[in-house]
Amino acid sequence: MGEITDWFRVKLSRRGVLGAGILAAGGSAIAAAGAAQQPAPAERSSGSGHDGLGSAGHGPSHGAMMTVGEVDEERNGFDTRKMLTDWETGTVSRLPGGRVLRTFEIDAVDKEIEIAPGVMFPAWTYNGRVPGPALRATEGERLKIVFRNFGSHPHSIHCHNIHSARMDGIPGAGVIAPGEEFVYEFDAVPFGCHLYHCHALPLKRHIHKGLYGLFVIDPDPALHPEHTDVARSRLLGTPENAEWQELAMVMNAFDTNFDDENEVYAVNTVAHTYMKRPIPIRRDKPVRVYLVNAVEFDPINSLHLHANFFDYYDHGTTLTPTLRTVDTVMQCQAQRGILEFSFKDHEPGLYMFHAHQSEFAELGWMSFFDVQEAVA
Amino acid sequence: MNEAHPVTEAGSTPAEEAPRSRAPLVWLVLPLAVLALAVAWLVAADPLRSFDNGAPPVENLTFERTVLSSGGIDLLVRAGGSEPMTIAQVLVDDAYWEFSQDPSGPLARGETAWIHLPYPWVQGEAHAVKIITNTGATFEHEIPVAVPTPVPTTGSLVNQALLGAFVGIVPVAIGLMFYPALRGIGRGGMNFLLAMTVGLLVFLMIDAGGEAFELADEAAAIFQGQVMVVLAAAASFLLLMAIGRRDGRPAGLALATFIALGIGLHNLGEGLAIGAAFASGAAGLGTFLVLGFTLHNITEGIGIAAPMLKGRPALWIFPALTLLAGGPAVLGLWIGSLAHAPQWSALALAIGAGAILQVVIEVAAYLMKSDGRGVAALSSWPVLSGAAFGVAFMYATAMLVKI
Repeated sequence: MGEITDWFRVKLSRRGVLGAGILAAGGSAIAAAGAAQQPAPAERSSGSGHDGLGSAGHGPSHGAMMTVGEVDEERNGFDTRKMLTDWETGTVSRLPGGRVLRTFEIDAVDKEIEIAPGVMFPAWTYNGRVPGPALRATEGERLKIVFRNFGSHPHSIHCHNIHSARMDGIPGAGVIAPGEEFVYEFDAVPFGCHLYHCHALPLKRHIHKGLYGLFVIDPDPALHPEHTDVARSRLLGTPENAEWQELAMVMNAFDTNFDDENEVYAVNTVAHTYMKRPIPIRRDKPVRVYLVNAVEFDPINSLHLHANFFDYYDHGTTLTPTLRTVDTVMQCQAQRGILEFSFKDHEPGLYMFHAHQSEFAELGWMSFFDVQEAVA
Repeated sequence: MNEAHPVTEAGSTPAEEAPRSRAPLVWLVLPLAVLALAVAWLVAADPLRSFDNGAPPVENLTFERTVLSSGGIDLLVRAGGSEPMTIAQVLVDDAYWEFSQDPSGPLARGETAWIHLPYPWVQGEAHAVKIITNTGATFEHEIPVAVPTPVPTTGSLVNQALLGAFVGIVPVAIGLMFYPALRGIGRGGMNFLLAMTVGLLVFLMIDAGGEAFELADEAAAIFQGQVMVVLAAAASFLLLMAIGRRDGRPAGLALATFIALGIGLHNLGEGLAIGAAFASGAAGLGTFLVLGFTLHNITEGIGIAAPMLKGRPALWIFPALTLLAGGPAVLGLWIGSLAHAPQWSALALAIGAGAILQVVIEVAAYLMKSDGRGVAALSSWPVLSGAAFGVAFMYATAMLVKI
C-alpha cells in the first residue's frame, strides 16, 4: 500500500505532462497511419472490354451499363425465364350442377430474395416467389383461394375483379393475422388481365415488399359469339391458344434501403435478367404479353418495344384492341393490359424492350427478345 | 561436460533473484491472462447472442479519393462496418454500371478498395455514384464538377509550385520587406504590430481549427476525426511549447522562427485543402482568387518581422523565414492535388492550429515582457487596436477567397 501512495505522491513535472500529451496524440497518429495502407489503383488490362473508351472518356453506348455478376436463381427458388410461362391453374373440380370450381392455394412467406446480383432483399412473398404465382382461370368459373399466412405480419389477397365486400381482402374483410387461414370465394368475372396484391396496412410497404401477382381470366368463347376466334385464342389449352407465345410480365421495383425510392427496377423481379438471358421468340408465331405494373413510389411505368408496334387491350377486358399500332404503353400503379405483336416480317436478332422512363431502364428494367427462326 | 557447466550456472543465477523480480511479472501476466480468458469465453460461449435482435449489421462506407481519367472513374472507398461488408452493385447517375473492385471480396472494417468504373463522365458536369451493398444499403458520393484529376507531370508540378508561391511565399516575402521601415518604430507602434500579429494568428487558428473539424467529419468514422483533431492540435502545441521553452521564453529571432513555423504549418494545411479542391474540380482558379490569397497573407510577413525589430538578423535569415512560412503551401498543393484524403488534411490543419496557439501565447508573453508593464500592457490602446486590426484585416481579406 505504501508503495502506491508514494507513487501518487510523486510530483508530476510539467515536462512529464507534456510528454504524456504527446504520447497520447502520437498514439492516435500511429493508429491512423496503420489504417491508412491504401492499395494503388488497379492496373487496367488493355485487353478488357473497356477499350472502347476514347480519350474524351466516351464508352460503349450500352455495353457497360449493366449489373455485374449473376443471380443465384436456385437459392431464390424461382427462375425468371420459367416465370414467363409458368401459369398457376390450381385444381379443378365440379360443383353440383356441373359448374367448374377452381381452387388456388397461396401461402404468405417471409423470404430473402436476390433481386440484383449480390443484392439481397428481405421480401414478403406469395408461395416463396416475387411476383406471386400467375393465376389463370376461365370466365364464369367459381374460384376459391385458400390463403394461409406464414409471414410475420398480417396479410391478405385483394383481387382486382368483381366480388363481394366480404371477399375484398381489406382490414376487417380478409386480412388475416400470422398463422391464420382465410378462403376467398368469388366468380371469375370479368375476363381480362388483372392482378392481386396484399391490402394490409400500411399499403405501400406490403406491396413493395413483394406481395402482388398476375391474375388472368380467359374469356369463355361461348359467351362471345361475335368474337369466338379471338376468345378461343385467349383461352389457355385450346389449339388456337397454342399458336401464340404467351408471356407473363410483372413490372416491379425494390426499395432496398427503405427511403421510399426504388433502387432496382425490373420485369419479374431480377434487374437486367432478360438482358443477360434474352427471351427466345419464334419468328413465325405471334406474341401475347400479359403486363401489369406493380411498382410502388413511382406513379407510372411503361413498356416500349423496339423496332415493332403492338395492339393493346387495356385491362384485357375487351376482345378488340383499345389501342392500335403503338410501340409504347403507359400504365399507372395497378394498371394492366395485354400486348399483341408479331415478328414474322422481321429479320432474326435481338429486339429490345424496356420502360421508356430512362431512369427505370437504367436501374434494371431493360430486356431483349431474341427473335429466332426456331426456338428449342 | 565443459559446455554444461556454464549453462547450469546461467540458469541458476536468475533463480536466485526470482523472489524479487517475479511478483511484478505476475501482476503483468495476470491481467493479460484474464483478458485472454474473457476473449476466449466471449468467442466460445457467445453470451451476447441474446443481443442479436435480427437487425442487419451496421454498414458504413467512406469515399476517400476520386480519380477521373480517360479510363473512367476510380474511387477509393474505406469500409467501416461492424462486420465485413460486400459491395454488390454500383450506380452512376442512377444507372447500374459495370465495375471492378480491387482487391475484390468483402471489405473488413478499416479496409480500403479501389472501385473502377469505365464511365463516360462529362467534363464540367456533376455526377453521383451510389454503391449498393449485399444488404441493400446504399452509400452515395457526389462529384460536384467532373474534371480530369491532375497527374504528376513536370508541367503540372511547376504550375502548382507557382500557385503555391503566390499563395504562400510571395505575401510573406512582401510582408518581411516592410522590415527596414518598421525598425525605427516606438513602443506603441511595436505593441500595435505584435498585437496585430496575435490577432491575425488567432484568426488563422480559428480558421484552421474549423476547417480541420469540417474535414474530420468527412473522414471515415474509424479515424475518430474530432478526437484526432483535438489530440493532434494539443500534441503540436505541447511539443512546440516544450521545445520553445527549453532555454527560457523565446524572443527575437527564435520567436520569429516559431511564428514562421506556425504559419508554415497552417499554410501546409491550406495548401492541401486548395490542392484537393482543384483536383476535385470544386473550385475554378481565377486571378482574383489568387490575388485575394496573396493580400490575405501579407500581414503574416509583418507578424514574422515584428519580434526581430530590436535585433539585427543576418540577411539570409529573411529568405529562410520566408521559405519556412510560405514554402509548405507549395508542398501542400502538391500533396493535396495528388493524394488527397480528408483525414490527412484534417491532421495537417490540426497540427497547424496547435502550432499557432503556441505562437499566440509566446507572442503575447513577449509583448508583455518587452513592454515592461506585464498584463497591464494588454489593455493598452495600441495593443487592443492592433489585435482588432489584425483580426479585422484577416476577416475582410478572407472575404476575397472564401467560396
